[in-house]
Amino acid sequence: MGSWFARSRSIPYLLKRNISFLHANSSCKTLPPYKSPHGFRERPPASILSFRRLESAMVGKQAQAVAYTDDDGESQSIEFPGGRVGFTTQMEFISEATDKRVPCYRVLDDDGFPIAGTRFDQLDEETAVRMYKSMVSLQIMDTIFYEAQRQGRLSFYLTSTGEEAINIATAAALSPDDIILPQYREPGILLWRGFSIEEFASQCFGTKDGHGKGRQMPIHYGSKDLNFITVSSPIATQLPQAAGVAYSLKMDGKEACAVAFTGDGGTSEGDFHAAMNFAAVMEAPVLFICRNNGWAISTPVSEQFRSDGVVVKGQAYGIRSIRVDGNDALAVYSAIRAARMMVVREQKPVLVEALTYRVGHHSTSDDSTKYRSVKEIEQWKRSRNPMTRFRNWVQANGWWSDQEEAELRGTLRNQVLKAIQVAEKAEKPCLGDLFSDVYDKLPSNLQQQEKSLRQTITRHKQDFPPDVPL
Amino acid sequence: MACTTGRGITRIGNFSRIWSSPCRGLQTAVHDQSPPQTKSVNLFSAVNQALHIALDTDPRAYVFGEDVGFGGVFRCTTGLADQFGKRRVFNTPLCEQGIVGFAIGLAAMGNRAIAEIQFADYIFPAFDQIVNEAAKFRYRSGNQFNCGGLTIRTPYGAVGHGGHYHSQSPEAFFCHVPGIKVVIPRSPRQAKGLLLSSIRDPNPVVFLEPKWLYRLAVEEVPEQDYMLPLSEAEVIREGSDITLVGWGAQLSVMEQACMDAEKEGISCELVDLKTLIPWDKETVEASVNKTGRLLVSHEAPVTGGFGAEISASVVERCFTRLEAPVARVCGLDTPFPLVFEPFYMPTKNKILDAIKSTVKY
Repeated sequence: MGSWFARSRSIPYLLKRNISFLHANSSCKTLPPYKSPHGFRERPPASILSFRRLESAMVGKQAQAVAYTDDDGESQSIEFPGGRVGFTTQMEFISEATDKRVPCYRVLDDDGFPIAGTRFDQLDEETAVRMYKSMVSLQIMDTIFYEAQRQGRLSFYLTSTGEEAINIATAAALSPDDIILPQYREPGILLWRGFSIEEFASQCFGTKDGHGKGRQMPIHYGSKDLNFITVSSPIATQLPQAAGVAYSLKMDGKEACAVAFTGDGGTSEGDFHAAMNFAAVMEAPVLFICRNNGWAISTPVSEQFRSDGVVVKGQAYGIRSIRVDGNDALAVYSAIRAARMMVVREQKPVLVEALTYRVGHHSTSDDSTKYRSVKEIEQWKRSRNPMTRFRNWVQANGWWSDQEEAELRGTLRNQVLKAIQVAEKAEKPCLGDLFSDVYDKLPSNLQQQEKSLRQTITRHKQDFPPDVPL
Repeated sequence: MACTTGRGITRIGNFSRIWSSPCRGLQTAVHDQSPPQTKSVNLFSAVNQALHIALDTDPRAYVFGEDVGFGGVFRCTTGLADQFGKRRVFNTPLCEQGIVGFAIGLAAMGNRAIAEIQFADYIFPAFDQIVNEAAKFRYRSGNQFNCGGLTIRTPYGAVGHGGHYHSQSPEAFFCHVPGIKVVIPRSPRQAKGLLLSSIRDPNPVVFLEPKWLYRLAVEEVPEQDYMLPLSEAEVIREGSDITLVGWGAQLSVMEQACMDAEKEGISCELVDLKTLIPWDKETVEASVNKTGRLLVSHEAPVTGGFGAEISASVVERCFTRLEAPVARVCGLDTPFPLVFEPFYMPTKNKILDAIKSTVKY
């Protein structure tokens, strides 16, 4: 990690040097007035003309500020609100795209072997094995909960299939003090931080033990103890909130950051723009993580944006960014660790784009084979599987065996099945929870409505679910 | 005192009658037995005093929004950045959804986030953040998280020359959202006390400030820290023939109509609702049970306005006592117009006519 810090510290230093260099050399050298060699007015060369037009639009001190820069004799610069900007005589448009797409940081190849020459944070055995086990837990929970929904036992579910590495490697790279503002496909963070399978089941089945008191659809988890702000369905609304959370951490001098997730579709929302801009301007320590999984329900990224993905958007907001292979747990771990260090040490945001693929359907309400081929899905599942890649690496280190794999899967399967059976039969939250927490105290209109509802229930008990305690 | 403002709209500046009414339930934060020191100030200065006190008494309070740093376009934040520093009082980028989103995050961390939306007309980009996020933050998390420290201040209402986008009264949109409170003061004294209550209330509050009164309304305002209770309406003029319910700047117009009606022998009771949700039905109900008649007036368009909610509630509660249909004197169902503002507005004489026809019904 040492090299990272050395490099990231040097960037602002170099920037400062360059700025002062510009200032030092730009204040005194004004351009001499254009004079015709023949002593009468004639059309000046184009470059001078363009300059003079600009000069004519300036007044007073601003006009004085026109200057050459030393490093380029042909360019001129002028102070505008927001800083000194160089002039060019060439009318050049900035291209809408770079020649080469931004490359993707990767450590493991498709088979799980480290690529020669790659730099990454070496994981110790304990962390690596815990990461792998957590990925398996997430996968098994997803598989069984999904099946439970198909059987009609659960109203809704949404899997993280294909994005296990982003979930778990990100969680492992963060500090437990970092505040998570999730989208909805990040239950692995909770899992890593100690949210039990039983707690997941309680929320999904809306039991009295669920943290959300049965008010939200399944998968809308939240945990105050684990610094995981409750999921809400609207897309990208959590992003500007993350800037506010981070500003609070900054003002309190905490060694922690806000971590906000979005998908590729979420980057099209106004809130994404608002969040990037606010975080940059407020110098808020936020780590923005975009899980670019290729699909926003049925809309492919080609119909979502025309930029080179999401990573390039960072620079436009003045935010450092990196693109990482989201199916490579080691790359995600290293990139997130480095990004987090920058965010916390330098107190400013960083954007990470993790490229991945949503192997599952958007949710249980979706059949993704209606808009993409089964072949494509299968290919990702088979050849770019983040779990297989990481397992191969862990196993190649001698830290994991087929036998341990079989045992773990068996144990987890039983645990998840039991958690579902228990949650299914568990009592629902009581009727009072329908009215509480709208405000800190029950206002009179809600008191009256509760009273009225209870009278209705007495008269028409058969209209209401019997498992909600009155 | 009748003041002519802007494009010929007559606004009633007889604040002495309304403003000098006792502040019922006034809670002073300073336990001092000596009579409170007061000073004659306008509404924006009263808001400024409240913000000053909020920042001074709570190190976790922050004030921010577009152009807030230099004092704000209505001068409500004058001097705050100098006194409390640019880290606690600051400009934000020009982005309402960003301001409210940022404020929710800040409040969720246990801070008092006091956000300014420059005009209520521009609050709509933040509608999603207010409706889907702030209002549901506590409920959806099972009370694990809340953003109760959030207060959104925003100037609303007609100003004589504001046209579509500097005149609207969007309170009804927010009154349809369980989880937030909507508060509107009628005067400088009320503004200071209600704003401090809103800032310190453990629920998100949308605080709409009558911008027409920012400079126009002047009254004696206690200099100390005090709060006025939320969700408590106030009878600011007692009467026996008809109850008038309103809030904010419209109350001064209604007050003038009450005085004119009095000359014709009609005794009007005027109620300031102050908090629109959750609102004080009991005070309104008691008043209508006494007078047997109700008139509601607001600047916002009549259809779907909060007056409709008050009318329905009063009919539910006081049906047998009502001696006439509930009257609503409100803005027209048009966009807020520029040249036609005097036609659009629920003016004194429109109210007076409605008082007379309701009493004669």
